Amino acid sequence: MATNSKVRRESELGSVLGIRADFPLLVNNPGLHYLDSAATSQKPKAVLDALRDFYETANANPHRGAYSLSVLATEYYHDSRVRIAQFLGVSDSDCLIFTRGTTEGLNLVAGSWGEANVSPGDEVVVTALDHHANFVPWQVLAMKKGAKFRVCELTPDGRIDLEFLSGLLNNRTKVVAFNHVSNALGTINPVADIVRLAREKTNAILVCDGAQSAPHFPVAFDSLGVDFYAFSGHKMLGPMGIGGLIGKREMLEAMPPYQTGGDMIEFVYDDRTTWNALPHKFEAGTPNAANAVGLAAAVEYLDNIGMDRVHSHERALMSAAQTRLGAIEGLHIYGPPPRERSGVVSFTLVDVHPHDLATILDGEGVCIRAGHHCAQPLMRRLDVPATARASFYVYNDESDIDALVSGIMKAREIFGYVPA
Amino acid sequence: MSPPRTSAEIGALYQEMILDHYRRPRNKGNLDNADATVEMKNPLCGDEISLQVAFEGDCVCDLRFSGRGCSISQASASMMTQLVKGKSTEEIGLLRQQFRDLMLGNAPPADDARLGSLRALSGVARFPARVKCALLAWYALESALAERAPG
Repeated sequence: MATNSKVRRESELGSVLGIRADFPLLVNNPGLHYLDSAATSQKPKAVLDALRDFYETANANPHRGAYSLSVLATEYYHDSRVRIAQFLGVSDSDCLIFTRGTTEGLNLVAGSWGEANVSPGDEVVVTALDHHANFVPWQVLAMKKGAKFRVCELTPDGRIDLEFLSGLLNNRTKVVAFNHVSNALGTINPVADIVRLAREKTNAILVCDGAQSAPHFPVAFDSLGVDFYAFSGHKMLGPMGIGGLIGKREMLEAMPPYQTGGDMIEFVYDDRTTWNALPHKFEAGTPNAANAVGLAAAVEYLDNIGMDRVHSHERALMSAAQTRLGAIEGLHIYGPPPRERSGVVSFTLVDVHPHDLATILDGEGVCIRAGHHCAQPLMRRLDVPATARASFYVYNDESDIDALVSGIMKAREIFGYVPA
Repeated sequence: MSPPRTSAEIGALYQEMILDHYRRPRNKGNLDNADATVEMKNPLCGDEISLQVAFEGDCVCDLRFSGRGCSISQASASMMTQLVKGKSTEEIGLLRQQFRDLMLGNAPPADDARLGSLRALSGVARFPARVKCALLAWYALESALAERAPG
């Protein structure tokens, strides 16, 4: 899996990685300030080339044919899994199941493990910080099973309230689901503390939504302490429609299949079917091999930068944005202080609705997200219908913050801000 | 990619008429003698509207709205209440269709005087992501009329 990364490792200045030229969409749109990477990231040429290379040199249905082209496709697919597992600190790469993304990974755990193990009277815990994808599947499961659905409250600055969490946990708790990083606020959650609390007080499975952590800092599943970790490729420079669920082997082996069909079976008789080994047991149908290859190229690209540098770059930008936005009168930033946040700034302006702000920023070539960020339970607790969110990634630099700030001022001008 | 929005398009969207209705919404509040009350939300952006309507015969004799949302949704609600007050359900149905056509780009921009101040929203048609904001109040009105219809 070749990469053509042109990362300038030595000549960087402060928070400039100087890699914008690697991203065709950004090259094609020189005036664009893309600040919505928490929704989806742009793709480097290395990833697009890897997709094309797969289709031009290795395309066949993996695991099927006896002919060498199919064997080659199988190798591409297998090697991609091993590469991505290595990136995420998974020593047993068969425990990385390819999915469409985080949402499917979490639904897989709820639909398979939850279906088999949650009973009436059990309790399922999520947090008010969770994305709907790690909230609704558990809510639906609990309702279906007659289990109690419990939501952990937050501190006023948008962190998981560990004391509250501790009070929720007991020997009836079967699931504790939480996100590693909040997509809405950028809060980095203390996974080790949550794991320690949950292991002390429960026999629950611990399910971590990694959609916003895998792209942004080093993650090692083997030492994270959770039982399941789900992530999305498209938020980490990879293609849309591919992601993964990582689970502990003994759990995955004990779980019933999630979907059934081709590839996931061993033997099919008229009266019964036996299942294929991991990871295939959870990958029914023709796999998304090309996108797995694309995602492997993405993690290769990220490793070439170095995930520690990715993290420090984003934090530098986020801190700069925090300072400059914080100086704007009537602008309120949500979430904990920058040192406890990933590269996300979520805010409201006293006089301009986030949707209007996003539209006006669009006029300046600045892309931000405005809305509830698929976290309505959180928005309700913050008592806002929506916030504006700027999120940073490897290709951003200080000029994007300049454009954001001047766009906010322009919105003020249009709406005729009068200081209180 | 569609080209980034131009300042002219942004200017056409945020006309003074819209900002005026946003800052000083007309018919905002509650109606004591409402015959129909409808609450509607745009789940995409969290805009909310509660619309209360009083009927007299076949006419909407009074209506009020409350809620929160962006300038487009709030201004559209404010202008709509002004426009439809005193009109028959049939007239309102026609206006609703005209406004919808305007928003979906099926009508020439704003040459129908019957839409009154709502023509100021014609710039929204160029912003597909915002069309739902402009239509939210009208969906609520449609629902209020339907609630009343069988009786």
